[in-house]
This record gives sequence, C-alpha cells and structure tokens, in this order.
Amino acid sequence: MNATLFAIQLVNGLQFGMMLFLFAAGLTLVFGIMDVVNLSHASFFMVGAYAGSALAKATGSFWMALPLALVVTALVALLVEAVVMRRLYRLNHLDHVLATFGLILMFDAGFLWWFGPDGLQINLPTALRGRTSLGFVDIPTYRLLFIGIGLVVALGLSLLIARTRLGMLVRAAASDRQTAELMGIEPKRVFMIVFVLGSMLAGLAGMLLTGITEASVGMGEEVIIVAFVVIVIGGIGSLKGAFIASLIVGLIDTFGRTYLGDVFRLVMQPAIADGAAPAVASMLTYLTMALVLALKPQGLFPPVTR
Amino acid sequence: MIRTTVAAAMAAAALSTPALAQDIKIGFVTTTTTPAGAIGRDMVDAVNLAIEHVGGKIAGRGIKLIVEDDGVRAETGKQKVDRLIKEENVDFIAGFIWSDVLLAATGSVFDAKRFLISTNAGPSSLAGKDCHPNFFTLRSQNDVSPMALGEVLNQRGVKKLYAMAPNYAAGQDMVAGVKRTFKGAITGEDFTKWGAQPQLDFQAELAKAKASGADAIFAFFPGRAGPAFLKQYEQSGLAKDGVKLFTVYTIDDIALPRLKEGGVDVMGQEFTEFWTPDLDNAANKRFVEDFRRKHNRYPSFYAAGAYDLIPYLKAAIETAGGDLTKTDAIRAALRQAKFASVRGSFTMGPNHFPVNPYYTATTGVDANGGWYSKRTGLAAEALADPYRDACKMAASN
Repeated sequence: MNATLFAIQLVNGLQFGMMLFLFAAGLTLVFGIMDVVNLSHASFFMVGAYAGSALAKATGSFWMALPLALVVTALVALLVEAVVMRRLYRLNHLDHVLATFGLILMFDAGFLWWFGPDGLQINLPTALRGRTSLGFVDIPTYRLLFIGIGLVVALGLSLLIARTRLGMLVRAAASDRQTAELMGIEPKRVFMIVFVLGSMLAGLAGMLLTGITEASVGMGEEVIIVAFVVIVIGGIGSLKGAFIASLIVGLIDTFGRTYLGDVFRLVMQPAIADGAAPAVASMLTYLTMALVLALKPQGLFPPVTR
Repeated sequence: MIRTTVAAAMAAAALSTPALAQDIKIGFVTTTTTPAGAIGRDMVDAVNLAIEHVGGKIAGRGIKLIVEDDGVRAETGKQKVDRLIKEENVDFIAGFIWSDVLLAATGSVFDAKRFLISTNAGPSSLAGKDCHPNFFTLRSQNDVSPMALGEVLNQRGVKKLYAMAPNYAAGQDMVAGVKRTFKGAITGEDFTKWGAQPQLDFQAELAKAKASGADAIFAFFPGRAGPAFLKQYEQSGLAKDGVKLFTVYTIDDIALPRLKEGGVDVMGQEFTEFWTPDLDNAANKRFVEDFRRKHNRYPSFYAAGAYDLIPYLKAAIETAGGDLTKTDAIRAALRQAKFASVRGSFTMGPNHFPVNPYYTATTGVDANGGWYSKRTGLAAEALADPYRDACKMAASN
C-alpha cells in the first residue's frame, strides 16, 4: 500500500466527513430536539453557497464573504422559521416532509430563476489554491482549511451545548418540553435559535463546498440523503453521534472508492472487479447504516435524554 | 354582385394561404432543469437562432419546436419521447445530450417510424451493431474525439496515462477511444458515479492518478463536473509534479466563463474538438456572431451541433419537396447531408455518424478578456469511428 496515497485519502475522507458534520449537525438538532423532519435544510446549504459566492464576487474577498454569507443564511432561516416552521412543530412527520419538501421546490425554482442554470464559482484567494506540505505528503490547502473550520465548529458546538445557559435550555426543551415550559422556559424561542443555528451551519458547509465544486441549484439535495444516513448512524439528536458518524461515513466513502477495486481484484477477474467496485463503493454508506441499525437500532450514540 | 365578388375573393384568398400546410413539428429532448440545464439552454438558443436564420420556414411550412426536459434521467427522457410521439405527433425527434438517455429513447421512436436525430450523443452501439436506418447523428461517435486526443498524447511524448470518466455509456466509450490510439501504458482508470446527482469531488481519484506514476491524466467530465474537476486538479498541485491534464468535452464554452469567474487556471491545457467558435467559414461566422450578439456569450459545441440540425433537416425535407410522407427520399437526403454546416465540410458516414476533422484546442482570450475554446491545429483529418464495420444498415425502417 502506498503511504502517500493513504495519507491523502485520509485527508479527503476527513474533509468530506467535516462537510457532512456541518450539514448533519443542524439536521440532527432540529430532528432530535424539535422532532421536526426538515428537508429544507438542503436549501440553506444552497443559500449559504450562493450567498458566499455572490458576496465573494461583490466584496472581492473570500474572507469577508464567509461571515457575511452566514448572516444572510441566518436572516433567511429567521424568515422561514417565522413564516413556515413555527406552524409545523405540533404537526406530524408527514406534514413536515410535505411542507419542507415544498420549501425545497420553491428555493430551487427561485434560485434557478434568479441565478440561471449556470452555477456560481467562488474565487479563492491564491493562498488557498495550492497545496501545503506536511513533510512526507502534500495536501490541497483548501481541504486543510475545511477540516480546521469543521473541528473549530464541532468544539464550539459541544461547549455551547454542554457549558452555556442556552445549551442547558436546549437540552431541557429537548428532554421534556412540557416540564421545561412549566419551569418557565419559552420553548419557541429555544427552537428558533436551534433552527437558525442549524441552518447557518448548513450554509457554512455549502459555502465551503463551493471552493471545491461550485454553487448550483439543488446541491443540497445531493447531500441530504447521506446526511440522514449520518444522523441515523450517529443516533438522532446526538451531536457527538453526528460528528463520529460523519467521519465514519466520510472515510468509508473515500477509502471505498480508492481501495475497493484492489480488494475485489484479489478474489475476482480484474474486469469484473473494475465493473463491480464503483457500484459497491457507492453503496458502502448504506450498507454501513444497515449494519449499525441491525446491531444498535437507536444509532451509535443515542441521546441519553430520550 | 359586390357581395358575391367579395365572397369569391375571400374564398380565393383562403385557398391561397398555406393553411393546408401544417407546421413541421420537431420534438427536442435536452436537459433544461438541474445544473446541466445550462447545456440545454445553449442548445435551445442555438436551434431557435437556426430557425430564425432559415426565416422560420422549411419548404414553405412553419417550424414548431417542442422542447422537453430529460432531467439527466434515461427513464424521464423515454417518457418525454413517448409523449412527444403520442400527444404531439411530432415529425422528428432530435436533441439528446446524454448517450444513456438517447439509447433509452430509440425503441419508442423506431416503433413509431419517426426519424431520430442526435445533435450531441453518439453511443457506440448505435454506430455498430444497433445502427438503424432512421437514426442519424450530427456528432461523431463518442470514441472519436478521444481517439484524436490519443494521437496528440503520442505526439506530446506522454508515456504513462491515467484515465478518468463518469460511469455511463459515453464515459466508457471515451476511455475506450483514447486507449485505441494512445501508444503508451495506461497506469489506471476510474469511472465515477454519474446521473442526476453525480460525484463532483475527484480528489481521491486525482490522488490515485498521482500515486500510479502517470505523467498525464486523460479526463472526460462534461457539464458542471468539468469546472469542479479542473478546480480540484489545480488545488491538487499535480501540474507542479509534471502530471499534465488532457481532456475531451470538459473545457467548453459553457464552462470557460465560469472558470474565469472562479479564477481557475486552465491556460495551456489541451483538448480536442470537432468545432470551435473561431472556425473560419461563412455559416459558422453567422452563427457565432449572431449568437453572441443575442445572448452575450460564446456558443458551446453543444450549441453548434444543435444549430446544424435545422439546415440539415431543411436540406433533406426540401429535397423531398416538403412532403414528410416521402420517408425514403428524406432518408436518402439525410444520408447525403448536403448542407452548410458550421463546422465547414460535413460528410455523413455509412453508419449515419459523421466523419469530421478534429482539432486541437486550448483556452483563448479574446479582445474583451473573455475566455473561449481556441483552435490551435489539426489533430486528425477525417477520423471514422471503429464500430462502423459492425453496422449492417437496413435500407429502410
């Protein structure tokens, strides 16, 4: 096995995992704490991506665009929460799916109309375009930045939930809504904050991804299925679970694409191995989920409160 | 007296108006939704411009273009084709970006005894054993452009090549094509997930390519996968390691403005094309100038293929005197293909796939700083696809 290739793929897998985590964090909080299936999470991913690309073009600076795009995503999330989400909390899951899928269609059609079918490219600073040497291996610099931001957000979120008053309110509202209300907590406000925060994380993931691909209509729908797999593996409502499961899925997907062909070649004809490997590699994530569900139906880290 | 005269004049006027001649209906299948909609828009804009250029008429009859969206899904494309035939009763089915969508549509069109004219997709099976008297394409079979590129690779001294393409009919054809003419060693190949939700991160594959010891990468990533791939190639720093990139249908005139916007460095990367906007012939000048004036962007090769559809059909239908029931005469004229193509000379091969010159191209910068695909030389004079010998063309449908 080539050690350099392994190291590069490790970084690729971690970066993909971080992207999944930023996306899945909001999804698992909204699902786990508010008990709302929020498909429109995918749209906030797209909002962040388009806002980031457009603002980077307008301001001429990637670093300026990053916080501004988060503000834009937060404003859009506030609006959606006030107009749509607030009415959904007490309805059932099917209603959630219908309403939030409707939101996806509206966002996609709106963005197609506004920006056209061409994607938006983000102009990265020169420093982020090359690669960085880690001694024995060169890694694309942007991937390292992506991983770094993901780690900082993960740390910040865990501190927020575990150590702050807001985190305590969130946990209280999640574990027993009625008791929390009787104790004088306003769950609506907590839910709003969780929703906006989760959407901002999705927006951050979307904007960061444009540095690798581009902002395009429907880009969130390509991630949300895998993100649901992540939160199911991790245990719905668990941030720690989402983090670990994101890394597991990111690494399995990347290593599967790299090495599955070689593994198959050991037991099959090369032609058959090469044909089967891409197909099986794209199923690996789902096979992992099936395995986890069979062994631990609640996911790897089910929240203790539930 | 006056009343009868007026009535007679009105009756005469009614007879002389071409109310009897119905519009020629063309069902045009492309992708207008999903991010690949940028390709479909380019094709539809080009066909509409071509219709304008022929004065909106073929053989004195109007032209009705009915555009349908395949959503990059073979099953959706087939449903749309069925609808075009059964509900719209179209005379021709045309378009098709994607080889798999085209293949799924063939059965319905041939059963209904219509002509199927691809303006882009050119899968190997239709060029060989499954060739059909009612199928024509304005684009070479998929293998041909990479075959031309393989020769370029030999000339540039590439010894070890790593090949990458999406996992669908065209991707497999492209990789097969480059292997036909490239004389060095293939150090590895990857076929990535494709469809409405394709794989867009290729860093893992790029790392494999470098680890394989290749001195060049051959890639085919059409549509929006192209800019993503090119950006990641830049970020991987492989160019600095001397791993050069050669592509087909990846750097095109839809991607180039976006690549410029994203500041992605593709200068000097070579690719092969059957057409570039700077081809020097009267038909192409008219097409490119009017397209740019109207849409403020360069047409892509997808647009060039789609534009040719209208003069191609016009020549065939007018040879048959505008009578669409004379299918044998129309088929014979479609085989002859006597029309002014934007690619200059145009020769239809015996399997109904054209035999074109192929050019080497790279990214050019115009007077306004815009990026476009620029012809740099001739890669192959007239390259026929390798499947045509397997084609036993029936005389009629």
